[in-house]
Amino acid sequence: MLPGTVWLLAFFLIPLLFMFAASFLKPVTYGGVDAGFTFSHYLRFFEPNNLAILWRTVVYSLACTALCLLAGYPVAYVISVAGKWKNFLVFLTVLPFWTSFIVRTFAIMFLMRDTGVINTVLQALGLISEPLPLMPSVLAVMVGLVSGFLPFMVLPIYTSLEKLDPSLLEAAEVLGARPFARFTQVVLPLSMPGVVAGSLLVFIPSLGSFVTTDLLGGGKTVFIGNLVQNQFMKVGNWPFGSAASFVMMSMVLVAVLYYLRRRDQAQAMGA
Amino acid sequence: MLAPSPKVADFMAEPVVEFRNVSKSFAGQKAVRGISFHIDQGEFFSILGPSGCGKTTTLRLLAGFEVPDADGGEVRIHNEVVNHRRPYERKLAMVFQNYALFPHLSVERNVAFGLEQRKVPKAQIADRVRGALDMVRLDPKQYGPRPPAALSGGQRQRVALARALVLEPSILLLDEPLGALDLKLRKEMQLELMSLNRRLGITFVYVTHDQEEALTMSDRIAVMDNARVAQLAPPAEIYERPRTAFVAKFIGESNFCSGEVVAVEQGGLVVKRADGNLVAARGGDGRAIGDHVQISVRPERVELALPSEGPGGHNRLPARVRQVVYRGEMLHVRATLGDGSEMVAAMRNEGQLRQPVAWQAGTECAVTFSPDDARVLDEDPQ
Amino acid sequence: MKGRALPPWLIAITAAVYAFLHIPLLVLVAFSFNDSKFVNWEGFTFRWYQELMEKDALFEALWVSLEVGIASTVLSAVLGTLLAMGLARHRFAGRTVMESLVYVPVVTPEIMVGVSLLLLFGWFRLDLGIDLPPMLKIIIAHVAFNISFVTIVVRARLEGMDRNLEEAAMMLGADEITAFWRVTVPQLWPGILSGALLAFTMSFDDYVITSLLTGAGSSTLPILVYNMAAKNIEPTINAISTVILVGTTLLIYASERLTRDQPLKH
Repeated sequence: MLPGTVWLLAFFLIPLLFMFAASFLKPVTYGGVDAGFTFSHYLRFFEPNNLAILWRTVVYSLACTALCLLAGYPVAYVISVAGKWKNFLVFLTVLPFWTSFIVRTFAIMFLMRDTGVINTVLQALGLISEPLPLMPSVLAVMVGLVSGFLPFMVLPIYTSLEKLDPSLLEAAEVLGARPFARFTQVVLPLSMPGVVAGSLLVFIPSLGSFVTTDLLGGGKTVFIGNLVQNQFMKVGNWPFGSAASFVMMSMVLVAVLYYLRRRDQAQAMGA
Repeated sequence: MLAPSPKVADFMAEPVVEFRNVSKSFAGQKAVRGISFHIDQGEFFSILGPSGCGKTTTLRLLAGFEVPDADGGEVRIHNEVVNHRRPYERKLAMVFQNYALFPHLSVERNVAFGLEQRKVPKAQIADRVRGALDMVRLDPKQYGPRPPAALSGGQRQRVALARALVLEPSILLLDEPLGALDLKLRKEMQLELMSLNRRLGITFVYVTHDQEEALTMSDRIAVMDNARVAQLAPPAEIYERPRTAFVAKFIGESNFCSGEVVAVEQGGLVVKRADGNLVAARGGDGRAIGDHVQISVRPERVELALPSEGPGGHNRLPARVRQVVYRGEMLHVRATLGDGSEMVAAMRNEGQLRQPVAWQAGTECAVTFSPDDARVLDEDPQ
Repeated sequence: MKGRALPPWLIAITAAVYAFLHIPLLVLVAFSFNDSKFVNWEGFTFRWYQELMEKDALFEALWVSLEVGIASTVLSAVLGTLLAMGLARHRFAGRTVMESLVYVPVVTPEIMVGVSLLLLFGWFRLDLGIDLPPMLKIIIAHVAFNISFVTIVVRARLEGMDRNLEEAAMMLGADEITAFWRVTVPQLWPGILSGALLAFTMSFDDYVITSLLTGAGSSTLPILVYNMAAKNIEPTINAISTVILVGTTLLIYASERLTRDQPLKH
């Protein structure tokens, strides 16, 4: 087990510590860092334009999580009761997860851009004369994020629904619970571990995304990930980019801690 | 004295397994503390006890999965200290609790596994596998190629047994092997294991928490309690002369009463209960007048008499019937003594519908038993 | 719950979600056979696929992606399996710390892995004078990212495995090494395979880390596709996408067949 640990330490943990240190150092033009402690990179996040980026990242990620939950829960439920179709539906769900992320993003561009399939079809039908501004837009970013992360929501919920003991539902029914009550009082509470895990699995990559926002949102939806990428690849202010990464990481951490607390609560309840 | 059977004569031979003051701790907790015993050639030896008593650790010490503490005595097999021998160097065989059949190998390959490890020539392996499956009464043609998952519980049990027996071990360890089977199958396998033990002359070391199983099958039973051997004896002696309250409670049911020693007699004591009644009992060597002792009597040795009937004197305690419990072939009559304690008398059911017993809740009576059926118990070790 | 008809609205939602997930890809595949540079349908053609065959850059990128994918998969499968066995089977000081170390990469956004390694390799180059070849950098990064996933998958399998099996093998005369190869590894195969498959797809598909570490340098397939998508004119991109889609689908299907628990043949 030692080589694996060494690898993780050397190429995962130590680089993160490096970056943490770099976030307090002075920048060098076009990349690199210089000695001298400063807190200024973190203070820049209180500037209105950077605050706006943070706010947008969190709100859009939460929205994406909520949409995935709304769309994913019914699907997970249907799979869990699908009988002989179960394997096929699971396959359909995981397929996008395995297919190339860039290809999927391009497929959405191909549909939504000005010369894309949707606008072309609508124009050919004479319904519109000018292409609709579908992309770049917030809508396109949401479509990209939701279609990218939906499987992460469906699978954990499906797993916890699958574990649900059918006799509990029969017990509820014998005790007089109607379908709606059975769902809200038995099925939903018992599938909460899956809901919480799925939400975490959607929220985190959404916080860190920058390719989707870049390709589908143009300059309109700058996420903190775009900020990080810009600082490293274009502006060359590595310390500020590092600070931005750790601001992102702190948001991830909040989400993980929330998840762990919920999980411990659920375990304490004996669920 | 009975004439020694061939098996008893074998006991004279050198022991095949010996534990000398063996201790094993896990994280400072003693799982086995200073136990000593020996097992003889061909013996059916059971280790019986509740979960957590140390019986599984004892078996694992013998198998070689655990090593005794540094100052934890010696485990000997064939008179050789094996404390640090790895399991595969000990040439034992074992049947695991959940059978531990390799799910990725067919029945035949499971049985062949040990032979392959011992580099037995291929031609012989096929024959011996077939022979072993025949021995446990599984058709090699039909079941050999199947995966273990395609077998029933009882069939898996037989495969596990064949896998162990094919190695022709001199000692076979069995860790609760019948626990997962239903009652009927369990009874059947009990008889089969006993006959294998007799026929093959292999020493069986059998771990179980089922007292009835141990009583049925064993030549000797080691009852374990709290990391120690509480009593080591043949089944009849364990049942009829339990040494401690734990043994009396764990094996069968028992009535207990206690009091102060007022007389010491040949092979027994007379004890005065708190309510003033005298009880005579066997055992209690080394106890002196004034000692506080506990006595056990099996319910089927207890009789009930009307207050006016029967002999007077010792071992006659006035009581009142509290409840009659119908148990099928037996009836249990629970009676409350003068001091509020309770004793149970078990009697054969002679047909409650035709001839109901005279005892009913509220009837005044006397509880009696022979001094020969009452045992003075040793203190349970702390 | 069985035998009860689902309400139609639930089925409608599910169908809509699957349509949302799959229609864009199906449209993409359909238009890869369109005999027009634009979105209007002008008849069926294979010409974009023929054009693909003539693109050397494409085959170079594919080759780089395969090399990176296979190297990082083998490394992370071996390292991750050993790590899983260590964590599942041994109690030692610092075990919880090591466990957290395994889980952190899973919740760390890819971009952080990318930029932190960018810093590390920058330090290697500027202060130590070591400039690693781009492909090695990508492999190192992918392994760092993938070990955790393999570890988690294999460990789940290990925990479902009966510990007695190894002990049974030892009672039958197998030493530790024999027991490991003849009993543990065959039991773990499905876990190792699915862990490796996960690692391979993530490596083969990775755009974020590779683009951060190599910039415009060594080009993998996702980087090539990204550059084409950003320029968004060439119709051959539909054809490449279709090839990638069909390839991954076959891979998933094959692995599903391979790792499914099936009764063993004699």
